[in-house]
Amino acid sequence: MVRIIGILVGLFFTAAVLWAFGNGAVQVASQDYFVEKTAETEFHLHPKELDQASDHLVAHWDKQQLQRGYQVYKEVCAACHSLRHVAFRDLEQIGYTEAQVKAIAATWQVPGVDPVTGEATTVPGKPTDYFPLVYLNDVAARAANNNAIPPDLSLMTKARHEGPAYVYSLLTGYSEIPAELTAEFPDFSTPPGLHFNRYFANLNLAMPPPLAVDDQVTYADGTPATIDQMAKDVSAFLTWTAEPSLPKRKQTGWPVIGFLIFATILAYLAKKQIWARAKKKA
Amino acid sequence: MGDALNENGCVLPTAGGTDGKAGIMATTTGTADLDTHANEDGVRRRDFIEIAAVSAAGVGGLVTLYPLISQMAPSKDVLAESTTDVDLTGIEPGMAIKAIFRKQPLFVRNLTAKEISEAQAVPLGELRDPESLEQRTKEGKANWLITMGVCTHLGCVPLGAGEGENKGPFGGYFCPCHGSAYDTAARIRKGPAPKNLEVPAYEFTSDTAIRVG
Amino acid sequence: MSFPWAKHYEPKAPFMRWIDEKLPLPRLVYNAIGGGYPVPRNLNYMWNFGVLAGFCLVLQIVTGVILAMHYAANAAVAFDSTEHIMRDVNWGWLMRYAHANGASAFFVVVYLHIFRGFFYSSYKAPREMVWLLGVVIFLLMMATGFMGYVLPWGQMSYWGAKVITGLFGAIPVVGEPIQIWLLGGYAPDNAALNRFFSLHFLLPFVIAGVIILHIWALHIPGSSNPTGVEVKSESDTLPFHPYYTAKDGFGLGVFLILYFAMVFFFPNSLGHPDNYIPANPLSTPAHIVPEWYYWPFYAILRAFTVDFFFVPAKLMGVLAMFSAILVWFFLPWLDKSPVRSGHYRPMFRKFFWVLVIDVLVLGYCGGSPAEEPFVMISQLATAYYFLHFLVILPIVSSIERPEPLPFSITEAVLGSDDKAVLGESKA
Repeated sequence: MVRIIGILVGLFFTAAVLWAFGNGAVQVASQDYFVEKTAETEFHLHPKELDQASDHLVAHWDKQQLQRGYQVYKEVCAACHSLRHVAFRDLEQIGYTEAQVKAIAATWQVPGVDPVTGEATTVPGKPTDYFPLVYLNDVAARAANNNAIPPDLSLMTKARHEGPAYVYSLLTGYSEIPAELTAEFPDFSTPPGLHFNRYFANLNLAMPPPLAVDDQVTYADGTPATIDQMAKDVSAFLTWTAEPSLPKRKQTGWPVIGFLIFATILAYLAKKQIWARAKKKA
Repeated sequence: MGDALNENGCVLPTAGGTDGKAGIMATTTGTADLDTHANEDGVRRRDFIEIAAVSAAGVGGLVTLYPLISQMAPSKDVLAESTTDVDLTGIEPGMAIKAIFRKQPLFVRNLTAKEISEAQAVPLGELRDPESLEQRTKEGKANWLITMGVCTHLGCVPLGAGEGENKGPFGGYFCPCHGSAYDTAARIRKGPAPKNLEVPAYEFTSDTAIRVG
Repeated sequence: MSFPWAKHYEPKAPFMRWIDEKLPLPRLVYNAIGGGYPVPRNLNYMWNFGVLAGFCLVLQIVTGVILAMHYAANAAVAFDSTEHIMRDVNWGWLMRYAHANGASAFFVVVYLHIFRGFFYSSYKAPREMVWLLGVVIFLLMMATGFMGYVLPWGQMSYWGAKVITGLFGAIPVVGEPIQIWLLGGYAPDNAALNRFFSLHFLLPFVIAGVIILHIWALHIPGSSNPTGVEVKSESDTLPFHPYYTAKDGFGLGVFLILYFAMVFFFPNSLGHPDNYIPANPLSTPAHIVPEWYYWPFYAILRAFTVDFFFVPAKLMGVLAMFSAILVWFFLPWLDKSPVRSGHYRPMFRKFFWVLVIDVLVLGYCGGSPAEEPFVMISQLATAYYFLHFLVILPIVSSIERPEPLPFSITEAVLGSDDKAVLGESKA
């Protein structure tokens, strides 16, 4: 009985799904393509290759680079993008001393309270403060940026596939619309206020090219500040902001795996010894 | 019978079976968990590997406890040493205010000349936790008594900093929870508290402002 | 239960005898997973996954209770408290990655456990109840995993909550009120987040309870084995301890190596980047996908793209998705073959491997965007899925001619069994 009902139910589901398949097949047959080709599907590019010290299996932070990246963030990105999960005290992890962190924090204005009137105001940051928000709320962010909200950057490199390479590619990926694109999709154009970038999903990015010229910042360590270098440095910095514990994670992993391999070999030998008794008994 | 022999085999390896015994076991009972001990070396090797494997599991388990336990210790944001700025203008002699330092109350008190002399008059030998007022204030600023507002007995907030509050029999602070009384230098004079109210690290950033921490 | 030759717990130390009189817990453990539980001597490594699944549950409860010490179930701060765990709590990143990847590991282990059951027909009498309780555990795991994924309150969390509760909206008439009741609102917010947290904390302990019933039911007939021939005599079995504790210990070691390799070196590879973006009720991510362990069922849900006579496509998809699991409840009665093990069932064996490939294909399509050719492939795979369990299994089990079985487990292992030689008839 169960089997007869089962067969009927099974045939019902099969018929329904094959009916859907048939409908889909007719549709696909009538258009002779599976997925419609668009400028996005044809011209969107995968992020470029990017090699960072923190990618390696034995990972470490290149602190010099992170400090340069912080400088790019502060002088370029911070105009529009916040970093709200990062506290100034965290900057000690990228090689600044306690005194330097205090000085850096004081260069930022963070929300505070007027000690006399109790009214909301801004005060110089302390190491325990977090990087301040740039806009009061989303409405203000939209109003100031042509209706696009500049996202918080703390987790940006974890919030995109191949995040660090994505950030680097996006920053260096602005270009003119290539002739082949116009030839294949004559209707394609970048709307006013947007910027053509082949590393962005729909090719039109609201952010104007933030790194426009070489030497936009002046590095304290004398590294030539090419656009490529600045983009690499800031994406390294954002790799750190997204996961400060990354090298510690990998450094902890090796001894753990090593110990487990050792213990598992022992467990295997012990298992073999014990099972040898059962075999002898045969 | 199987049990007893097995006990022998595991617990007292050398007293266990011989080849002959084990052979009999196999044909008579078919019990498969008994050991044959061909010779003592074989026994030792087997025991060593099994003990080593169990020990390795034990060591691994113990090491695993470390992160499981230390996660409850204060996190980085809690440990981060924050500072508190207090503006002293407005605090008249005889007045005190409560500020907040690292999530705990901080008493900032402007002592009157009478309170200062009372504090200085007490012989240190009489005190449970001997400290002079000079040791508890900054040089030249003996009227500014900065202490934590945390009773050293069990952590209540003593009375005496707010206007009209009971300052206790010694004119300083009085903890209503268990009756600890502090004098005008916030030193313990009576009751169960073992220590004076703690003076945190602070500095004068100007004549009328301090930074605690 | 036990076999007559099972060893008896005989405490030697006076203290242990005293305990045994007052609370015979050591006796219970001895009989459940100690020397007092005789187990077929021929279990292969596919029988390791039950113990591993139990280990995963403990792992998830330990790391989960720890995460709950630091997490705040409020839509305003849930995302931030998760980042607080990652950045500031001592070893917080390890706890969170261990828990997130622990969920994946749990499902890997349980899927292998289930497919072991499919191949060796572990659902057949006398172990139907073991199987039914197992399916209940799997359903509870799916609910727990889903609610846990909502807690970080990232984009995938939020939209997952919205879409999955939306499944209930497909039920005619009462669907929409049920959805609103589940969420405590018209869209996921504090009410939903808080109740998901509460239930996510509760359900693992319910699972632990059902696991105890699962093991209890298992101990009535005893473990199955790769030949599918029931235990006949003492020479067919070995005591669980030390033989299978040793084997499971080795299996656990291999499991931990793979698991910690994920935790320490690829902790986000099974997650979705969008969940590092805080929940935004105004913008749906470009491709929303559930966690990988739901992909096969998600593909079945999406395979029904057009109305089927009077049944709307949405309802059809939801029905099919739930039926895809519910059909497992009926397996013991759908497959009537007298032979259990796939080793001796030539036709069944081939269809089993087709099913494995079919579920992998469904999984791949479920994780891909809802566009062609994935939709059409998942439609064919869905058709096979239902045909396999509801049509092929009943028919194959009736018409198949099984290969000869060994007389006993002992014969299968050793090539001969004294009792068989002594003239007892072969099965």
